[in-house]
Amino acid sequence: MALVALALAPLGLKNYGIYLLTLWCVYVMAGMGLNLTVGYAGQMSIGHAAFLGIGAYTAAILMKLGVPFGFVLPVAALNCFLVGLALGFPALRVQHHYLAFATLGFNVLVFLFIRNEEWLTGGTFGIAGIQRPKLFSFSLDSSLSFYYFVLVSTILLAFVLWWIVRSPWGRAFAALRDNPIRAESLGVNIMAYTLLAFAIGAAFAGIAGCYFTALVQFIEPGPFHVTTSLMMLLMVIVGGSGKFFGPMLGAAIVILLPEWLRFMKDWYLVVFGLSVVCLMVWLPGGLLSLQDRFFRKA
Amino acid sequence: MNFLEVKNCVKHYGAIRAVDGVSFAVGAGEIVGVIGPNGSGKTTLFNSILGQIRPTSGRVEFCGEDVTGLSPLELSRRGVGRTFQSLQVFGKLSVRDNLIVAAQEFKGTLHGRLLAAPDAGLGRHADEMIELFRLERVAQLPAGSLSYGQQKLIDIAMAFMPAPRLVLLDEPCAGVNPGLVDQLRELLLELNRLQGGSFVVIEHNMDFIMRLCPHVICMVEGRVLAEGEPETVQSNPAVLEAYLGK
Repeated sequence: MALVALALAPLGLKNYGIYLLTLWCVYVMAGMGLNLTVGYAGQMSIGHAAFLGIGAYTAAILMKLGVPFGFVLPVAALNCFLVGLALGFPALRVQHHYLAFATLGFNVLVFLFIRNEEWLTGGTFGIAGIQRPKLFSFSLDSSLSFYYFVLVSTILLAFVLWWIVRSPWGRAFAALRDNPIRAESLGVNIMAYTLLAFAIGAAFAGIAGCYFTALVQFIEPGPFHVTTSLMMLLMVIVGGSGKFFGPMLGAAIVILLPEWLRFMKDWYLVVFGLSVVCLMVWLPGGLLSLQDRFFRKA
Repeated sequence: MNFLEVKNCVKHYGAIRAVDGVSFAVGAGEIVGVIGPNGSGKTTLFNSILGQIRPTSGRVEFCGEDVTGLSPLELSRRGVGRTFQSLQVFGKLSVRDNLIVAAQEFKGTLHGRLLAAPDAGLGRHADEMIELFRLERVAQLPAGSLSYGQQKLIDIAMAFMPAPRLVLLDEPCAGVNPGLVDQLRELLLELNRLQGGSFVVIEHNMDFIMRLCPHVICMVEGRVLAEGEPETVQSNPAVLEAYLGK
């Protein structure tokens, strides 16, 4: 049902509407990775936009050099996986808000790097003129064909996440989140799973970054600021942290709701902000906890 | 050969001697009880044995191997399990998943587990444990939603899932109703018979200890005050004065 709805959604929409749907897919990819790190494995991160940026710039630089998108994707994913692995090390020593600030610092560092290292990233001028990829000989230049390409990629990535969380790894991540001391006493290698949670989450964001580059065809440092990390965390929490469909719903709220509220003109962000505050007060487990809440009351 | 041998274990926190030269041994399949008033160093001794804290001095041997200061992870891989004084279940996981996660890391390699069946081939074993602990009706519910007594049973069942060779149980009867205490004792005896492991049990419930453990150690102020058969320890005048208050 949902897949049919997503397939039919862009029909009748103008280019901007299709762009928003494609952007939603991109943030769903990144959000799924963050959900693995934060929701399933319980590791706080407010630096996820840095991985989106690393993926996006890796893609932009390589695509400008004529490297095919099919090769760019695994390189960006591996690049982010390795950086994510390195970022996981502070998580072995600090937790909660201390870890949050460590990841925030990392995001600032990456942002400053891509803004200042003009020779590589183009600095504030960014990198322009990036071509959309081709699927074999089929052009993805039109908004609609590119949307379907990104949608199918999002579904494939969702399958990868589903596989991970349904495997024994998923249970080990949950054990790490709920009680790391007990988990270790039961043979769960908390060091390996903590690092994996960061690395896999980062790889997802790196892949999302590649699609982001191909979508906007021009990148500059702005979209990879800490503000985007907070927005991505908001997606995960609003949808339902640690719930498979949480980031999908959360990304819809964070990306699409402000657009729907634009008829309110100057007030739309105020209404959006208040909606989020109310949601967090009444549904701290996110929108997907609504079902649990009704069942508990019944 | 002894399964566990603790030799002159010392743990000091500044001037406080939490554990002060404790030595004891546990043989294969043996159940040893550790009693003593609050603050006598029982849990600190457990944590020193199990790698949660590093002893100031002394030596811990498991099956003849020096395991002093090894991490809980390394000890669990050698077949040492434990339960904690407070409840330690994974609240959001189902009871069945709690049991599976307790043993899955001992099966195959890390990357192999990514490709393994969701239950890691442990579903049947988990179901048997659920049946043994009479948790069938709540097997699919999140562990955190159950009563204290039920969570206590899950906590203990988890420790036995990988069939460890040695299990250290820290106050298994704490907060448990009297009916469940008898069930627990029977379960531990059954597990001892089925799995053949050795247990060390810290407990304040004297009746439970006396009926479960053929060998009892009484600790006071970080030292072993008395040890031997339960009746001998229970009738020791020093134990009566220091612990039982008679």
